[in-house]
Amino acid sequence: MPRMTMIEAIRSAMDVSMERDDDVVVFGEDVGYFGGVFRCTAGLQQKYGKTRCFDTPISELGIVGAAIGMAAYGLRPCIEIQFADYVYPAFDQIASEAARIRYRSNGQFTCPIVIRMPTGGGIFGGQTHSQSPEALFTHVSGLKVVVPSNPVDAKGLLIAAIEDPDPVIFLEPKRLYNGPFDGHHDKPVTPWSKHALGEVPEGHFTVPLGKAEVRRAGAELTVLAYGTMTYVSEAAAADTGIDAEIIDLKTLLPLDLETIVASVSKTGRCVIVHEATLTSGFGAELAALVQKHCFYHLEAPITRVTGWDTPYPHAQEWDYFPGPARVGRAMIETMEG
Amino acid sequence: MAGSSTGNGPLQLHVPEPSVRPGDQPDFSSVKIPQAGTVERPPVDVDPRDIRDLAFSIIRVLNRKGEAVGPWAGSLTDEELRDGLRDMMTLRAFDARMQTAQRQGKTSFYMQHMGEEAVSCAFRKAMEPGDMNFPTYRQAGLLIAGGYPMVDMMNQIYSNEADPLKGRQLPIMYSSKEHGFFSISGNLGTQFIQAVGWAMASAIKRDTRIAAGWIGDGSTAESDFHAALVFASTYQAPVVLNIVNNQWAISTFQGIARGGSGTFAARGLGFGLPSLRVDGNDYLAVHAVAKWAVERARRNLGPTLVEYVTYRVGAHSTSDDPSAYRAKTESDAWPLGDPVIRLKNHLIVKGLWSDERHKQAEAEVMDSVIAAQKEAESHGTLHSGGKPSTRDMFEGVYETMPPHLRRQRQEAGV
Ligand SMILES: Cc1ncc(C[n+]2csc(CCOP(=O)(O)OP(=O)(O)O)c2C)c(N)n1
Ligand SMILES: [Mg+2]
Repeated sequence: MPRMTMIEAIRSAMDVSMERDDDVVVFGEDVGYFGGVFRCTAGLQQKYGKTRCFDTPISELGIVGAAIGMAAYGLRPCIEIQFADYVYPAFDQIASEAARIRYRSNGQFTCPIVIRMPTGGGIFGGQTHSQSPEALFTHVSGLKVVVPSNPVDAKGLLIAAIEDPDPVIFLEPKRLYNGPFDGHHDKPVTPWSKHALGEVPEGHFTVPLGKAEVRRAGAELTVLAYGTMTYVSEAAAADTGIDAEIIDLKTLLPLDLETIVASVSKTGRCVIVHEATLTSGFGAELAALVQKHCFYHLEAPITRVTGWDTPYPHAQEWDYFPGPARVGRAMIETMEG
Repeated sequence: MAGSSTGNGPLQLHVPEPSVRPGDQPDFSSVKIPQAGTVERPPVDVDPRDIRDLAFSIIRVLNRKGEAVGPWAGSLTDEELRDGLRDMMTLRAFDARMQTAQRQGKTSFYMQHMGEEAVSCAFRKAMEPGDMNFPTYRQAGLLIAGGYPMVDMMNQIYSNEADPLKGRQLPIMYSSKEHGFFSISGNLGTQFIQAVGWAMASAIKRDTRIAAGWIGDGSTAESDFHAALVFASTYQAPVVLNIVNNQWAISTFQGIARGGSGTFAARGLGFGLPSLRVDGNDYLAVHAVAKWAVERARRNLGPTLVEYVTYRVGAHSTSDDPSAYRAKTESDAWPLGDPVIRLKNHLIVKGLWSDERHKQAEAEVMDSVIAAQKEAESHGTLHSGGKPSTRDMFEGVYETMPPHLRRQRQEAGV
């Protein structure tokens, strides 16, 4: 099976989708001729022409608003916001428009768009290249929110997202583009070419939205994570020797509650990990659901390990980033608690 | 052009493209450049409706021979011209050293000004103490020409223990209230409307200070740009709105943001703003136009929109390689030349300068940059030596740290 980086897998997903369906169009800032600042769309304009893959003016509102209009016509735009940190100008179009068009028109108009954007830290990008705004989207009814953690999922989930009849926010942890970064920033990262999850089928396949996956089976404690934090949690489990069951949520909305409940009911302990800030983060939603559905199985308080409630700093990147040491400490406390 | 298919055939989407791509011969024949000295200089209280043509021309002072000609000439003394050259040379040397420092791993990121030095350096000289700039990341000349210490800029770039911004910001995202330099945002365009708001406040308070907003060609597509123009127009705010058209927005040529409007300056016409285009590689022209616009603002005559026509010679940033999207020799073909060489030649023509003095000045400038760098590095670089504390990370989110952050700081053990 071919080996792909996450970038290549994402590109392949768009390629396969554009090949199969003329209605799929791809656009964004620097996306056309150059192929995107992370090269996720490289070659698509050459292959499909500049009316199906093109550069846009620097207007996130414009990109999303135009995509909504195209979707109303019947196309399936898969658009790129250069960094998640730059999505805010488009927030009105996403939250008030894309998310509600089906509902408010009673299905006359729909919005099958995918909004891709790189998220997360670990690249010394400072406060405008590091944010994880997933909770801003999971709070909006009508959106789906996906966070892949590896090439094969990225491709399958992106194809599923493009084929989905509703708007999907597709968050790509940029620190994972080239390999499974586990937070040990002083050690080299294994490239995807040497990792099992870098094996990606060439053609069409989907990974269903709304399904989580157990990355590491374990008996002592459940870790709920997504994106980069799956690997950080794996590293923390290895470092502490705790037999943790690590769940990669993959889709935050709709959430695979079944897999979560089955695991926490078994282990009785739960640690939630995300890069985004703590207060009103997606972890709060997870904690509320876990206590509701697993209350009588819990043997310790649910713990969250997250980014601190500050803007993402530059110099203090590794003090901010919830790395394996912090996750490990939370696991130990939860075992003792 | 748009509408290439006419009649009743099927529609066709128009997607603009640059005429030159990698491998092609650079060609700027479409950039219409009037001769230096030929564009009129209207009085500052002119009715904007009478100078609409200035949005489609290019105000230039330095001619090919290095002489200052026409009605916009004469805004600077000999001394000021020499200072201007030194400012631009300093910015260039600063860029060269910091670019290398980034390559050496002493910091994470850098953005240079190569080819655009005249714009921010000359503009700064038209402002008064107390005025406020709302810059983008490519106007460090405002700091250099304003006498802000280079070592503080470097401390910020290195995110070291002496960083005035405590390591919180990406390199080059400076801030200096004292030097009239608003905190740079990584989010494009946001500062443009903020400049208008600052200027409105100055008018509300019957102050005398004015503001200048800055934006790149690509970023004019953001809604903040349009909000700035409408607010400036409605309230006749004392603000100079500067568009730096360096032809590129990362890999995207300026035609994508400009669309069917002939120039970026022309965007101001619908808002009734006096809108001027100026040769951004001509220190004298930039200064003269800046002075004109600043005077309008100061005399309560309202906002001015200025487009600086220039060229981004270097890569967008240290994360970018332009050979993938534009012809390698394009910068050599750029018809407006190099701002440093043009001012140097002018000084030589005026008998104020020579090649030897230039060489000597280059060495002096480099020495002062290197001295600043040594001092900055004694306070640490991004990955070694003194750094801002983890405590600093929790400070300054609010004026008073709320309990939840205090708890988190304790949890972090600092
Ligand atoms: C809101 C927002 N969208 C996208 C970006 C990514 N980005 C950074 S610089 C840039 C190009 C800006 O070009 P231009 O405005 O012409 O300024 P220049 O870099 O040429 O000085 C882009 C797209 C950003 N920083 N902020
Ligand atoms: Mg530009």
